[in-house]
Amino acid sequence: MAAITMRGITKRYADGTEAVKSVDLDIADGEFVILVGPSGCGKSTLLRMIVGLEDISDGEMKIGDDVVNDLAPKDRDLAMVFQNYALYPHLSVRENMAFPLRLAKVPDDEVTKRVEEAAAVLELTENLDRKPANLSGGQRQRVAMGRAIVRDPKAFLFDEPLSNLDANLRVQMRTEIARIQKKYGTTTVYVTHDQTEAMTLADRVAVLRKGVVQQVDSPRNLYNSPANLFVAGFIGSPSMNLVPGQLKGTSLTLPFGALDLPDVVAKRLGSPPAAGERQVIVGIRPEHFEDAELVGESERPSGLTFRSKIDNIEWLGSELYAYLPYTGGEAIGAQLGQLAGDLDMEQSSGDSSQLVARLDATSQVSEDREAQIWLDAKRIHLFDPETGEALARPPLA
Amino acid sequence: MTAATIGAEQIGARTEPAKGKTTKGASRSPGDGAIWKIGTAVIVLYALFPVLWIASLSLKPASDVGDGRLIPANASLENYRDIFTSGEFVRPLINSIGISLITTLIAVVVAAFAAYAIARLDFPGKTLLLSGALAIAMFPPVSIIGPLFNIWRATGLYDTWPGLILPYMTFALPLAIWTLAAFFREIPWDLEQAAQVDGATPYQAFRKVILPLAMPGVFTSAIIVFIFCWNDFLFAISLTSTDAARTVPAATAFFTASSNFINPTGQIAAAAIVVTVPIIIMVLIFQRRIVAGLTAGAVKG
Repeated sequence: MAAITMRGITKRYADGTEAVKSVDLDIADGEFVILVGPSGCGKSTLLRMIVGLEDISDGEMKIGDDVVNDLAPKDRDLAMVFQNYALYPHLSVRENMAFPLRLAKVPDDEVTKRVEEAAAVLELTENLDRKPANLSGGQRQRVAMGRAIVRDPKAFLFDEPLSNLDANLRVQMRTEIARIQKKYGTTTVYVTHDQTEAMTLADRVAVLRKGVVQQVDSPRNLYNSPANLFVAGFIGSPSMNLVPGQLKGTSLTLPFGALDLPDVVAKRLGSPPAAGERQVIVGIRPEHFEDAELVGESERPSGLTFRSKIDNIEWLGSELYAYLPYTGGEAIGAQLGQLAGDLDMEQSSGDSSQLVARLDATSQVSEDREAQIWLDAKRIHLFDPETGEALARPPLA
Repeated sequence: MTAATIGAEQIGARTEPAKGKTTKGASRSPGDGAIWKIGTAVIVLYALFPVLWIASLSLKPASDVGDGRLIPANASLENYRDIFTSGEFVRPLINSIGISLITTLIAVVVAAFAAYAIARLDFPGKTLLLSGALAIAMFPPVSIIGPLFNIWRATGLYDTWPGLILPYMTFALPLAIWTLAAFFREIPWDLEQAAQVDGATPYQAFRKVILPLAMPGVFTSAIIVFIFCWNDFLFAISLTSTDAARTVPAATAFFTASSNFINPTGQIAAAAIVVTVPIIIMVLIFQRRIVAGLTAGAVKG
């Protein structure tokens, strides 16, 4: 087990494009860190640079106290689980798991012992003598993990290990991975494009965009205090609503109403409030809307209550998603359009946009009717429309 | 065949392509099935009749060779006894086996390394190398026999085993490299990387993971190379002069019969049958190893 330290790690291809740009990342001993980002953000490349399957163009990679930049994968003592498992089809499950030990010339009885222990942990004991071709997807996944854990390596590396499994199995294997990582306490780096996986598994999450680390923090902090628009839009499902706003002193004008920033938010913006009017992008999580009928009288003044038509409702039993149309979204279209492109999201064009609001399931709002919706002003996020940086960031936990 | 097709056969009607568990055969009408069977029979007969005829010749005594009967009137193993006792067949048989096996072994080993490099590495001149290899394979051997004869005489390779192994390798290697490169390309690269992460050197990854998976390809190219060497007549007749290196195809041309006034037809036929047997055995043995889908289960399927 060991810590992994990256300083200015860069991957530059022959044609000059940079897949990973000067990444600084410290992964503590025993920590579970997830690299997350949309496809093409360089997360897999970064992982492959850690394990040694990609050359490091620039920067320094340390595992424990050793610089490993020029070490071959076999000398780095890391174990990797590939996206497609990469099991050796000509070997039985037992020999697949024993493979790294055999290469390390571990004595036979020790190999048997370790493989059987790992098989017991992974519930593979009955399948030890089968070939990978005769296993289900979930079992193959376990064998791949077994091959990693028998070695007791310095770190586990996972490259989108669950993306080939169906939804049910994915949830099951997710808990399995969490359990095994806890049991062995091995430093783990895990790559995924699925922010739910990242949020549920990680001690810390590193969000990447186009090869640049946007923010590294605990899932809670990423969610509550995103550093910029990209992180705000990427983390959370359904994702944060991003709407244009005009900020004048402490009064904020939104396409569907105006409100005075509550003191907590205003204070973070700096006092005295800046003079003049400025454009901002306002981020509102779906759950910070509520059906105004269900909001107590005492709470109402701390937020904005507005009337809106409701386009569509999705009732899920425990909660309810309402889709509210609004106009005036085009003001910041360019910035958000690019963001949507990066996030692989659909972005409605034209000047009519939609808010997603998560309301209490008991709400009586109905489709194609107007309703009073309340917005919790204390929980809004503000972003600079030019740089995308967060303004008045909520404090980190 | 599905039940639908069988039913249709009975009432002699054409069927629509069967739904659900449709196989290629089931979607054909019964008429097609019969044509297919007749076609197969014709082709098999066409291909095997000469073999059958030679087998029949090999069993006939010299006096019956011209009688035109498929079933020999006086079948005997006389001819086989002759070729194995006269000495003009046994030594060439040893030469054939030795030269073919050595060529096959060297060609497959060299080709495996070359093909692996071609499949995995991007080096300058790769296309040139591959097309050059292909060009050599297509080169008409007759055109180089003359010069080769002179060079071999000068260098002392004439009428030796290496003298045949070398030109065989030249023509067999391109075939083997192309075949093996195609197999190596099919193997997921992730497997090698997994092996490397697991602690294997590139050579260990090749030997313990890639090669076992490429075995069908290795056997395929081994068979191709072996048959090529085994059947060659041109080099064997031109580059040998004695039994020191003469192989069976060349040696049969020098067979002599018991009397100078009889053609050794029966002995030649017997020799042809004897040299066909190893090929058949080899293909039958390796056919089992050439199983498709050996890589099943390696990666997500």
